[in-house]
Amino acid sequence: MTSSPLRGPRTAITKLPGGAASQPHRDWAAIASIALLAVVGIAAIASPLLLEPATRQSILDSLLPPGSPGHPLGTDELGRDVLLLTLAGTGSALAGPVVIATGSMLLAVVLGTLAGYLGGLTDTVIGRVVDILLSLPVMLVAIVVAGIFGAGYWVTVGMLVVLFCPSDIRIVRAGVTEQAPRPYVEAAQMLSLSRTRIMYRHIVPNVWPLILTNLMLDIGIALVTLSSLSFLGIGVDPGTPDWGRQIADGRALIADNPAMLLVPALLIILVTMAINLLGDQLGERLRERGLQ
Amino acid sequence: MPQKQPNSRESRMSRVLVRTLAIRLAGVLVILLLISFLTYSLVYLAPGDLVKNLLGNRPSSPEAIAQIREQYHLDDPFFVRYLDWLWAALRGDFGVSIRLQQSVTDAIASRIGNTVALALLAFVMAAAVAIPLGILSAAREGRRSDRAFSALALLGLSAPSFALAILLLYVFAMLIPIFPAYGGGADPLDTLWHLVLPAVALAAGIGAILQRITRAAVLRELQSDAVTFARSRGLSENEVRRIALRSALIPIVTGAGLILTFIVGGTIVVETVFALPGLGSLLQESVLFKDLPVVQAVTLLVAAVIAVITIAVDLSYLALDPRVRTKELNR
Repeated sequence: MTSSPLRGPRTAITKLPGGAASQPHRDWAAIASIALLAVVGIAAIASPLLLEPATRQSILDSLLPPGSPGHPLGTDELGRDVLLLTLAGTGSALAGPVVIATGSMLLAVVLGTLAGYLGGLTDTVIGRVVDILLSLPVMLVAIVVAGIFGAGYWVTVGMLVVLFCPSDIRIVRAGVTEQAPRPYVEAAQMLSLSRTRIMYRHIVPNVWPLILTNLMLDIGIALVTLSSLSFLGIGVDPGTPDWGRQIADGRALIADNPAMLLVPALLIILVTMAINLLGDQLGERLRERGLQ
Repeated sequence: MPQKQPNSRESRMSRVLVRTLAIRLAGVLVILLLISFLTYSLVYLAPGDLVKNLLGNRPSSPEAIAQIREQYHLDDPFFVRYLDWLWAALRGDFGVSIRLQQSVTDAIASRIGNTVALALLAFVMAAAVAIPLGILSAAREGRRSDRAFSALALLGLSAPSFALAILLLYVFAMLIPIFPAYGGGADPLDTLWHLVLPAVALAAGIGAILQRITRAAVLRELQSDAVTFARSRGLSENEVRRIALRSALIPIVTGAGLILTFIVGGTIVVETVFALPGLGSLLQESVLFKDLPVVQAVTLLVAAVIAVITIAVDLSYLALDPRVRTKELNR
């Protein structure tokens, strides 16, 4: 993705004289995104505390419609409060994607830098493995492997770290090969610094913008992948509230309490959108700064 | 006559084509063999007792167990069994589904039509809307309409297909019951009617990817030397546009790989939401039931389709880009 959806590569230049007109519009979207992510993030941190009240069942209050007293979003067939369930689901919705994105990026920084800076056999071997892994559709592999082995939440997350890694390796490698011929690297080589030091102390900091931007975008993709899997009944631990599973369970109750599936469905869309929007803008800002 | 000259462009071109095709095919065959081996090993790596897994919910009498051992040649060494399975698979025989008690090939054959129709319909919808929007976005870069289309693409990219499918189902099948909510339909026209909502859900993601690729590609071309030169030669704006669009086609076609990966995941999810009897829902049900013969067959089939399309994309690259062609010719 070379350009953001909101502004193209040329705006970096046209912005200088009087391009500030579009600024308020973008800031409004960015502020809304940050606000949404802050609320969801706080809920995610607090979600272990919500687990007990969210899973409290009461048969007498089952299938209340939204707007019932004490249950603003109604209840499910076991009488669990949908608002609390949704809030408690933020934990599994966010924790996994953050771990997937960070883990895969860490692996990619190590391996992609090695491939990009050392070149030669290292580059060929890493490149081939990346090519093979990239030819596999992530969703298919995840469904088949995690499904057949009945993997739990964290095992599925671990598998997705490996599946997300190849595209990150490619991105980091491209960034590093672009830095390698620069004068500062040559200077470091002339000082006969060790290769490890040159790679991870000198080159990697200059690839940070690339790493950070893709980290953000990875979180969004991981959120979509993980919630799609849990919707299909894969990678969810029994008894934990989860948006994907809540949507799957809510399908049978769509006539009684539509909020049960509509609220988490909308939340997944909005949260992913917020993450992608911020990731795009972050990339744009960092690229502009790099240009000047 | 070009055929009489051994060094004519055409004959060199066809030799290059054959060579490129051969290299690609060899690479793809290696990957397919690897995938087939991994999918076959799944049966042995899956948790639980192998015989029990293969028995499914049939009674585990000694006769039934003996029959399973016989049927799956469980007393042969692993590699011999793999080769047996591969040989049968190559002839289209993947065994019998544990869950459906029907040959795997029949189960796939009865559902593949729905999935192909769904993917094609979604792709046509997405291409028809997203490519023009991408071009328009690039032409009006930074203006209000560009921002609107690009925000729409961001929405399509962010919304997981299943969440979008659920929203569509709720609005257009429950609140305003225009479209059917579940199932595959009886006759072809009815099937098409049943496919509309699932296809829209799938097309949103495809369209978002297409819009972004198209916009970026056209923007890059509009700033290229070729376009500047065409303008300076005094060509009409229409001719300039044709030059820009032709070169922009290459990254759009290359994006097909990304779209294909998306379609594979998307059909599984969308078919499950709409209870559409296709390959995706078959895979999902079979995985949850641990119906391994079906899982193996569908996985291998999808891998093969992806391989074929990847080769086709590589070849179209050769056809579309004169620079790649010259490079291959002079090798």
